[in-house]
Amino acid sequence: MRLLSIFTNSFAHGVHPAHHKGQTENLAIQRVPFGSRFVMPLGQHIGIPALAVVKKGDKVRRGQLIAKAGGFVSTALHSPVTGTISEISPQRTIDGSFKESIVIKADPFSSQRIDSTPPAAWEKLSLEEFIQTVQQAGIVGMGGAAFPSHVKYSIPEGAQIDDLLINGAECEPYLTNDHRLMVERAEAVIDGSEILRQKLGAKQATIGVEKNKPEAIKTLQDALRQRPSAPIKIAALEVKYPQGAEKMLIQSVYKREIPAGALPRDIGVAVNNVGTIVAIADLFSQGMPLIERIVTVSGPGIDRPANLTVPLGTSVRDVLEFCGGLNDKSREIIMGGPMMGFPIASLDVPILKGSSGILAFTAKETARPHEYPCIRCGRCLEACPYFLNPSRLALLSRNRRYEETAEYHIMDCVECGACSYACPSNIPISQLIRTAKNNLKQHPLEEAA
Amino acid sequence: MNRSEPELLLQSAPLLREGLTIPTAMRDVIIALLPALLAGFWYFGISALLVVIASILGCVMTEWIFTDKQKRMIALSDGSAILTGLLLGMTLPPALPLWMAWIGGVVAIGLGKVIWGGLGGNLFNPAIVGRAFLLGTFPIAMTTWNLAKGGTDNFFNLYPSTFTAPFMQVAPTDAMSAATPLGLMKFEQVDTEIFSLMFGNTSGSLGETSGILLMVGGLYLLLRRALEWRIPLAIFISAGLFTLMLHTIDPARFPDIHFTLFSGGMMLGAIYMATDPVTSPLTTKGAWIFGSGVGVLIVLIRNFGGLPEGVLYAILFMNAATPLINRYTQPKVFGRRG
Repeated sequence: MRLLSIFTNSFAHGVHPAHHKGQTENLAIQRVPFGSRFVMPLGQHIGIPALAVVKKGDKVRRGQLIAKAGGFVSTALHSPVTGTISEISPQRTIDGSFKESIVIKADPFSSQRIDSTPPAAWEKLSLEEFIQTVQQAGIVGMGGAAFPSHVKYSIPEGAQIDDLLINGAECEPYLTNDHRLMVERAEAVIDGSEILRQKLGAKQATIGVEKNKPEAIKTLQDALRQRPSAPIKIAALEVKYPQGAEKMLIQSVYKREIPAGALPRDIGVAVNNVGTIVAIADLFSQGMPLIERIVTVSGPGIDRPANLTVPLGTSVRDVLEFCGGLNDKSREIIMGGPMMGFPIASLDVPILKGSSGILAFTAKETARPHEYPCIRCGRCLEACPYFLNPSRLALLSRNRRYEETAEYHIMDCVECGACSYACPSNIPISQLIRTAKNNLKQHPLEEAA
Repeated sequence: MNRSEPELLLQSAPLLREGLTIPTAMRDVIIALLPALLAGFWYFGISALLVVIASILGCVMTEWIFTDKQKRMIALSDGSAILTGLLLGMTLPPALPLWMAWIGGVVAIGLGKVIWGGLGGNLFNPAIVGRAFLLGTFPIAMTTWNLAKGGTDNFFNLYPSTFTAPFMQVAPTDAMSAATPLGLMKFEQVDTEIFSLMFGNTSGSLGETSGILLMVGGLYLLLRRALEWRIPLAIFISAGLFTLMLHTIDPARFPDIHFTLFSGGMMLGAIYMATDPVTSPLTTKGAWIFGSGVGVLIVLIRNFGGLPEGVLYAILFMNAATPLINRYTQPKVFGRRG
């Protein structure tokens, strides 16, 4: 398999779930009307939470800064709506916990026009100014992790980015938000890549797209033909999960294996999601900070699936209501994709910068029939793109031998869920691995002298 | 929301499943075995059918008795006991007294699986444990072979030994007894016609004789993605190469490749028994090592041992080596191969 992957645009191992994108892949992006209440948790990105710069009772305009970055690995927040700050208090968020949030009551009479001035022409900005601008615009990785983008662009002394890799793989089933973005905003994808490529000093850019999105590939190719000077190429990738995982994508496109613990920039690559690229294009063409994102609403528990532009902070309830609500069969709501997303316990949680989808599933998908013992069939080993031994890790975790899991490199696991997907015994492998990882994080091993 | 709030489940991701489960995997193997099994019934008549039923009954009853009350139906519904009984039955001589077949089933599950902690815990393939036990305990009955009668006319003609009462003298072998192709080769240097070998029209264990039909079943498993194909392939390659070497050295004494591959328990063992996931290695590299070992051992035992057949012991030996193989073939983690 490893040999084969040299000849195809792919990585070794992985799984092939049905992609279920048909429900939404041809639906144009629609805009969700503004709701009445918006909740913006201060810590909706990886890293240090943002610091509120507004107080209760303040009037804010759409696009106005409401929280500034709390440190370097942190980013700003902007009001998604014109209205009044009604409170700054802990609010329920996606993982069920309560997080300090800015709550905005929308002004029902506002036109919601955004009147920000475009930032200085990007060509004239130094890399530092560029990084600052991106941070102040609140741009994060839009693929789901919500890692502040400017951190990726801060290249340490002596390092050099040769390649900009744009992640349009969208390997999670059901999700079509990146697909629609590439189809409807191919120009912006290319504008954004050119801005970022030139700022980072990369020689070329590659857009990786799974082959199950021929329309996106064609649209991008047509748009590229208008811009022959841009050194951008498109890599059509094998349809395989998790093709969009950063290290898998690099393996597929460049045939290079990133050493464990290293970052893409260590081999001269910067990876960005297409959503992030479009956010950068919008920032420098319209001065638009990150105040909304594309969300796919889909799944068998939804009668009217859609691809939507949703202002951040809109409640999941409002978004679902726009789509005609849940149908009677729906039993579980997942934020994100079905392989790596998070179930939510309440519909009254806000859409965050990292929310790529709202998927409703029925009894059929949530049914967990009897769990059988591990029969050591090795299917999880053949599924794991990181070549871990998930069956072993799951067993160790179940027996609470967490320290031993470290010897089997459990921290290399990205929790893609391919092992659980493949397991015929229905063992919740990735859940057990998550348990062990969390335990190791809370009780770090003492370093051997 | 236009209806009462649903109570949301919080089932952890991934929500999607490939769909293959233990019961479907077992069912796939049983389906794959059916053609060869039916051929066995055709060649050896109702006695063969009864032997298989006795063996399955032995397995299922043992599983039932030794499983916790609450887990009984689950343990039985996974189909593994039925599969073990079926596999064991197919390796037995068609004229074996039924009580022996039944005891074989009891031992297969009892000593082969239950005492190891049930499904997934055993080191050795349960069906092979059962057969090894029978071969050691009832060597004469286990090596009394009958000619394939074949056809519908003879279907209801029982072998006289079938209903031997437990612990009684086995009825004297009748005129139809005949050596297996392996026995003929080993003790009389007589080759068997390739066509008979492939379609199973020879004496032998009731489900082993038709190599082609067993391969058809293997193909079905392959299409269902339910077969670790590397193991049988490694067995065929290693046994084939070893045989080729021996045959080149002394063509009169050693059989040729097609004989090695299509005689005795080779097909059944390679495709259905060596591939038992529980008792074979986890990794693909391990599968190659395991299969090569089985292949070499089969040829060694067949040609240099005291027994005409070596599949049984070859697989048992490699089962014993599996934990060791697993230990040395752990996958090399992505990004840590340098």
